Amino acid sequence: MRKGVPVKPYPRLNQQQIELIHRASMEILNDTGIVVHGKEPLELLSSAGAEVNGSDQGGGYKVKIPETLVLDSVKKAPSEIKLGARNPENTLLLSAENPRVYYGSGSETNFFLETALKEFVPRGEDNSPGYIFPTYSSRRGCVEDLCRVAHLANQLENLDFFIRPINIQDEDITEENKDVNKFFAALDNIEKHVMAGITDLNQFNNIVKMGQIIAGGKQEFKNNPVLSFISCVTKSPLQIVEDAALRMIAANRHGIPVVISSSPQGGSTAPIEEMGMVSMINAEILAGVVLSQAAEKGAPVIYGSVPVRARMDNLHDMYGAPEFSQYNLACVQMSHYYGLPNYSAGGVSDARVPGIQATVEKSLSHLFVAQGGTNLLHYAFGLLLETQTFCPEQAILDNAHIGIIKKILEEPEIDKELKEKVISGIDKVMDSPYRIFSRSARKYMRSGNMYMGYPFEGGEEKDNTMLRVKEETERLMEQPRSCLPENIRNEVYNQVPGILPRLVKE
Amino acid sequence: MTQEHILNEIRKNVIQGRRNAEDEGLDDELAGEPGVEELVDQALEQNIDPQEILNQAISKGMEEVGVKYENGEYYIPDMLAAAEAVGAATDRLAPYLEQDNQQKKGKIVIATVEKDYHDIGKNIVCIMLKGAGLEVIDLGVDVPADKIIEEAANREANLIGLSALLDTTMGYMESTIKKLEDKGLRDNVKVLIGGAPTTPEFAEKIGADAHCRDAFEAIRTIEEEETR
Ligand code: B12
Repeated sequence: MRKGVPVKPYPRLNQQQIELIHRASMEILNDTGIVVHGKEPLELLSSAGAEVNGSDQGGGYKVKIPETLVLDSVKKAPSEIKLGARNPENTLLLSAENPRVYYGSGSETNFFLETALKEFVPRGEDNSPGYIFPTYSSRRGCVEDLCRVAHLANQLENLDFFIRPINIQDEDITEENKDVNKFFAALDNIEKHVMAGITDLNQFNNIVKMGQIIAGGKQEFKNNPVLSFISCVTKSPLQIVEDAALRMIAANRHGIPVVISSSPQGGSTAPIEEMGMVSMINAEILAGVVLSQAAEKGAPVIYGSVPVRARMDNLHDMYGAPEFSQYNLACVQMSHYYGLPNYSAGGVSDARVPGIQATVEKSLSHLFVAQGGTNLLHYAFGLLLETQTFCPEQAILDNAHIGIIKKILEEPEIDKELKEKVISGIDKVMDSPYRIFSRSARKYMRSGNMYMGYPFEGGEEKDNTMLRVKEETERLMEQPRSCLPENIRNEVYNQVPGILPRLVKE
Repeated sequence: MTQEHILNEIRKNVIQGRRNAEDEGLDDELAGEPGVEELVDQALEQNIDPQEILNQAISKGMEEVGVKYENGEYYIPDMLAAAEAVGAATDRLAPYLEQDNQQKKGKIVIATVEKDYHDIGKNIVCIMLKGAGLEVIDLGVDVPADKIIEEAANREANLIGLSALLDTTMGYMESTIKKLEDKGLRDNVKVLIGGAPTTPEFAEKIGADAHCRDAFEAIRTIEEEETR
């Protein structure tokens, strides 16, 4: 199992505030109601005890969900979920009660930001040795990028799970073959857990088949779900979308873990004030949970809260906003209040390129949202420009910074047994000539648990960080890939239709 | 134990940085095993030539430690531990070694200057210089210029090391050198200075012989001085 970061959650909301939000969400579900599209979700909800009102004139039905049904559904859903991986050492244990924070990538940017290093000579100083600065250019992502990124992610020690951070937009990628190719490109290059949404419900069975072949059989896949799904069941404000609901239900019926995600924007599709935002997103996700449990009692579902704040100049998302961290922290608490594992977000910057803004925005949400004790913190690697671009160099920086945060959040090691050892160590040094404690630092230094310093330190009166990071990117990209064993690769290729031949035959 | 075996054990314990049986060293389960002090005593009892102990065991061990440091396997705490082990060994060996041997390596009087209480850096330098085979006379912190000069003269030191960490105390380095000149003792000693606020330019300005960024540079400077 991956260690993750066991945290004692920081209680941003006190018990009374949690209960107030719960009350508000219950009123929203019971009185305001939620708009539901699609026959199957409606039938499931109504037979579970929700009240369906009015008629559909293209705008969906209003469904009112009573508190008893919500609480009953929440109880049925497991509070502990295991996510598997090609390498079982990368298994993740999501527990609402004793949360460990796992950091993951994501999610689906369209643009890949390339970094090039160029040398500049100051004007009029022709003999100067010149300065090297990074320059950036953005282009659309392709399936080869996804392979490379998964390969990179496999090597980032602080990346615990993988959601593809770049979309595949090749000419030969169609709506039909997109799902199988995105899952295959990822799973063929990374030995960690892979999560993704599904574009085409018809591909669901193919993806499950892929998972079963890779895990080694049907039962093996149940025990070691190497992949899981994300479904944006709700569209804010307060609507259940039919095809997303059907994708979730498919996963529920197969017993495959699925994130029920909702991503309202405070200030455009949701209230901007924390209480309004959290009450509403909580209602939305709980409606999804009710639906999942109506479809399959005990289905493993993850409370997926991705609340963001809108920027006021263009109503895009603004991830660097402190409110983003506040919303996310509060949602983590709500999720655990219901005993549901949580999936949230942190580590996106609004900046277009790596730099000071990106570092500050990312690090703060990486830290604060983790302190809430979220189980899966996605968006954490390489995302820039409000999740529109992915930059591998940024992912490497994020990996280093998350390493620092994981270290900070580590549990204190203070106990009775250590006391004697500590005192005798101090006594020994006090009796020595120069009273330096460095001798006793030697083993600690080698325990593998000591922070050894910023990995990209410059060493000159200029900022060389990106130079070092670029070197590291190239080094990691050149490492041999950890592909699927040849026979499994071929089996997947032969049994799952639609995989691009160039992904298997290089 | 054969001579070869015992010298080998001393060498290994220098690398482990173990002064005596109490030190745990780096590898597991060494605590309790004899360290450099016990092993040197044993070697002397067995009439192994002290010069041989120094050259074949201690210096060899320290050379290997240097290599480990160069290639990133060892860090400063390891260097200090090894240097302390060497220091402990040379204390034991000193009475047996020929006088001129010590003289060749040099004798240094070190102090943190007046009104300055910083001594971490100075102590590191002391440990490392001792580990490198010098005789080190450490006068501690807040040491007035007159005391430094007096000790250097009485002990016939050929080197003086001054440490200062404050802009307000750096000036005492200059006055120490001035007093050496006034007493006509300046030519008897080389003066090395160090401490974060000092620079090579400052050393030149106050007439010191060298500025050393760290203990390694101090060792290099002293060794270059010798071969001159
Ligand atoms: C630790 C420390 C202290 C400790 C000292 C503990 C101790 N046992 O020494 C304590 C807390 C006591 C302390 C006190 C004070 N400190 Co203080 N202290 C420091 C600090 C953080 C680190 C110094 C240190 O030990 N570095 C680690 C060692 C390994 O490095 P080093 O000393 O540079 O030594 C290396 C080299 O320089 C060289 N070297 C050094 N000496 C020599 C000598 C020779 C001969 C050779 C060859 C080489 C050599 O080799 C060494 C090994 O590599 C520095 C900040 C800094 N970054 O330097 C401030 C600093 C030096 N302190 C400072 C101040 C202001 C003070 C106080 C005045 C604070 C106060 N208001 O009370 C007091 C002064 C006390 C006094 N009168 O001396 C200022 C000085 C600014 C200035 N005016 O110049 C500094 C720079 C911090 C700051 N930015 O404010 N301090």
